[in-house]
Amino acid sequence: MDKLLTVEFWQMGGYALYVWGSYGAALLVFVWNLLAPYLKQRELLSRETRDQRS
Amino acid sequence: MTLWTWLKSLTSPPIFFALAQRLGFWFGLISIPLLAYGLIGGLLLAPPDYQQGEGYRIIYIHVPAAWMSLFIYSLMAAAGGIALIWRIKVWECVLTAAAPIGASFTALALVTGMLWGKPMWGTYWVWDARLTSELVLLFLYVGVIVLQQSIADARAAARACALLAIVGFVNVPIVHYSVEWWNTLHQGPSVTKFGKPTMDASMLVPLLVMTLGFMSFFGHVLMRRVQNELLSRGEISRG
Repeated sequence: MDKLLTVEFWQMGGYALYVWGSYGAALLVFVWNLLAPYLKQRELLSRETRDQRS
Repeated sequence: MTLWTWLKSLTSPPIFFALAQRLGFWFGLISIPLLAYGLIGGLLLAPPDYQQGEGYRIIYIHVPAAWMSLFIYSLMAAAGGIALIWRIKVWECVLTAAAPIGASFTALALVTGMLWGKPMWGTYWVWDARLTSELVLLFLYVGVIVLQQSIADARAAARACALLAIVGFVNVPIVHYSVEWWNTLHQGPSVTKFGKPTMDASMLVPLLVMTLGFMSFFGHVLMRRVQNELLSRGEISRG
């Protein structure tokens, strides 16, 4: 884990832009996949309770 | 309860909704250690490549994403077949719920491939068979999503999507074998070869664990999306 604190690790042998760009893109895809259905489900469930009340 | 009645109960939307809740929870839970180990193994434990140095670490995103793009499409084609033959609503929902997730993994495979191609090949993009057929795969996913949104009746939309998913399945083996059938700039397979993979275990194990992590993450978000499909079709009423 000490490796995380070295500059060399984050430089990725000069490929930092490409390696971290790829991992960053993956993070975006994962976050979107988690958030989008979660928010949608909240909206669907609240719409349903609203419909039931009226 | 016999296996048959159990399987049949899974075609009932309320029963499937509850099952998706439980399955989704467990998929999500096991994806956390798998992805964590994949990240640590891929970024910290695996040694640098003798040719590509640290740059090869893109593989731990690129390859699982690309495998998922093919796996999810195959699942959609299978779900489409089941939905067309037996008219089971739950499987229509699986088909349409999987499409946006598959599209996002396909886009991730393409983007990470471009980011890998630039330093190693000297170009972000070439129109070789592997890259082109993967791009076609993305268009097929987008086609399914657009088709579903453009038909108001959910069941008719799902049937149309099922047809497109099945016809488009032709592209899946083309993507897989493109590196063998044609001369591509993209390298050949190093894991799914007959016999021994041409990757050392220290590099291969994190890749396989990361792939399992991607799979279970997919399971988690698919279950939630299937629930949403059932809810928005009015198949589930809470109260």
